[in-house]
Amino acid sequence: MGSSGLARLQGLFAVYKPPGMKWLHARETVELQLLKGLNAAKPPAPEQRVRFLLGPVEGSEEKKLTLTATSVPTLTTHRLVRGPAFTSLKIGVGHHLDARASGVLVLAVGHGLRLLTDVYDAHLTKDYTVRGLLGKATDSFCEDGRLIEKTTYDHVTREMLDRILARIQGSHQKALVMYSNLDLKSQEAYEMAVQGVIRPMNKSPMLITGTRCLHFAPPEFLLEVQCMHETQQQLRKLVHEIGLELKTAAVCTQVRRTRDGFFRLDDALLRTQWNLHSIQGAIQSAAPRVAAELERNLRLRLGHQQLPSAGQPWGSKDPSSTVEVESYSGQ
Amino acid sequence: MALLLGQIPRWFNSIKLSSFIKASQITKQSARPGKTLSNGFSPQALLLSSDNCFLQWEIKTYRTSSLWNSFQSANSNRQENSSLQSTLLPSVSEKPEIIPSLESELPLEELDDLPPLSPMQPISEEEAIQIVAHPLLPLSSFTLGDYIDHSETLQRLVQLGVDLSKIERHVDAANLLLRLDFEKDIKQILLFLKDLGLEDNQLGPFLTKNYSIFSEDLENLKTRVAYLQSKNFTKADIARMVRNAPFLLSFSVERLDNRLGFFQKELELSVKKTRDLVVRLPRLLTGSLEPVKENMKVYRLELGFKQNEIQHMVTRIPKMLTANKRKLTETFDYIHNVMNIPHHIIVKFPQVFNTRVFKIKERHSFLAYLGKAQYDPAKTNYVSLDKFVSIPDEVFCKEIAKTSVDDFEKFLKTL
Repeated sequence: MGSSGLARLQGLFAVYKPPGMKWLHARETVELQLLKGLNAAKPPAPEQRVRFLLGPVEGSEEKKLTLTATSVPTLTTHRLVRGPAFTSLKIGVGHHLDARASGVLVLAVGHGLRLLTDVYDAHLTKDYTVRGLLGKATDSFCEDGRLIEKTTYDHVTREMLDRILARIQGSHQKALVMYSNLDLKSQEAYEMAVQGVIRPMNKSPMLITGTRCLHFAPPEFLLEVQCMHETQQQLRKLVHEIGLELKTAAVCTQVRRTRDGFFRLDDALLRTQWNLHSIQGAIQSAAPRVAAELERNLRLRLGHQQLPSAGQPWGSKDPSSTVEVESYSGQ
Repeated sequence: MALLLGQIPRWFNSIKLSSFIKASQITKQSARPGKTLSNGFSPQALLLSSDNCFLQWEIKTYRTSSLWNSFQSANSNRQENSSLQSTLLPSVSEKPEIIPSLESELPLEELDDLPPLSPMQPISEEEAIQIVAHPLLPLSSFTLGDYIDHSETLQRLVQLGVDLSKIERHVDAANLLLRLDFEKDIKQILLFLKDLGLEDNQLGPFLTKNYSIFSEDLENLKTRVAYLQSKNFTKADIARMVRNAPFLLSFSVERLDNRLGFFQKELELSVKKTRDLVVRLPRLLTGSLEPVKENMKVYRLELGFKQNEIQHMVTRIPKMLTANKRKLTETFDYIHNVMNIPHHIIVKFPQVFNTRVFKIKERHSFLAYLGKAQYDPAKTNYVSLDKFVSIPDEVFCKEIAKTSVDDFEKFLKTL
């Protein structure tokens, strides 16, 4: 029973990390709940040991003794003697979320830990909703930080905000192309750009692939940001800089991740659902999507590797790097 | 007798008699080691005194010439075979070689009476079949599972429900349990506990927590129970206290007295109310008093409750005295400053200090989003705090928020 429970607990799943909780605490809580569920399974039947016991010989009149092999139950494998069957589980965490942020947090258990590196190497984008408040600036870009200045914001309009966001997106677009190391003059790179799949496949600073304003009601505004290689504090700094561009000041009140790669809000499990059964269900439902996406990204990455890069002339590429299917390390 | 002696394997001669010295020095209680050897090679069941067995829990070298211990089960239905009785080598400082000179010095006359054995001596089939050659028990181990098949005490304890995997982490406790004998020591204490009012299925968890009750004197335990009864605790009360705080009976009478006095003075409660408080949360008596003093200061100075308010809250929810200071202040901060609930209403519902902060935050923000966050009894649409914290999610959504659980979950994902 326990082994089948563990067998269905291999893969990736997403939880919704509430604000105020450290990501490590979330991972440990999930581990505790899974262990509780696994240990609650019915214990197996008690083991038997073979003992050679003295006993009278069958069917003899005299009292002769002989050794007979008998199966005697033993208590060494009893749960109260050996302890619980499962004491720890390997659970890996995908992209971190800091304590003040909330949202989709990808976790991997068992064999899924191997897939976690593949997911990281796929360099997928993430979606955030960022809530900002105009009129003040603090040192930590959050509402509870030390106040630095207070400003008016009556002059701010929706058009100004949209203009600034478009400018930001444009400048990041250039950076996207630059960090992806593609020579845009080639046909393949052009096709990829048309499809919109150009993105850096190795380390790069935070890049915003898309941003728009969902809601604007001064002093509050709500942005949707698609980005990669980001940290939540950089997103808060982005809000602060938007405030500066608008010639006012802004702090960030909420950073919430709505999508991490191919895990969306609907797939994320709430705190009440952090138990063995729900997590197994989440893993099962996510497994085919995960496999398909990783397959697609692998092909994309291989294609990326074969394209001529911007800084290198033709023909000087290392031929061994283009053909390897198993090597997942980037360029 | 000769037959019996013939059954003694030949390496009986190489007794490490220095181990006897050690054994007799260490077990001052009984001088049994020598005696059992002399008296007891009868085929009848001989309960081996567990005092002979010393398990040192450091890793030691295993000496093949040493004698080993085999525990005999009293009610085994196999015919009793002669098993060797021996003492395990207790200390690390012993030399590995046999020192023949020591053997001759020791005053065990029984050894001189034995005729010299020869391995060529023919023995009958029956005797041969009765030579037991079990694999030797490990001399030292970190787990009690190695010894459980040979120790009736441990088997009976497991049947009672004692969690040996937790006890074996404490080295002294495991040694104690192996040395004890079920019939003589453990049974008396178990009967005493049953007289107190503990049920059979409660004995296991109790002993898992307080295994050292076996080293207490039965008279002391009875004195403590008598003291509690003299303070007008009923029998059912005492049973409940002992069940919830297993270490209670390990406290001496004067220590119990001091603690009861502390709570009475600190909280300025009447005798009856202190009694009720202690019966509801007996771990107040067994736990540390520093957190209680800290929490009293927090309530008075930091949170600003008056003494009679604290008394009222503590008699309703005794757990408040031992709550975590940081969580207390966090809860109070949210309830008083964000939910804007004044002191006199918090006093009426002290359960809010017993719930997790995230639950309060989630539910309040949901009600605030719906516009139903009304905690003032004077106004309409009043939400009482005890319902707010105690009822489960489905009931909360249906009755207080008047929505479905799905809506609540969708809202939680927007936080």
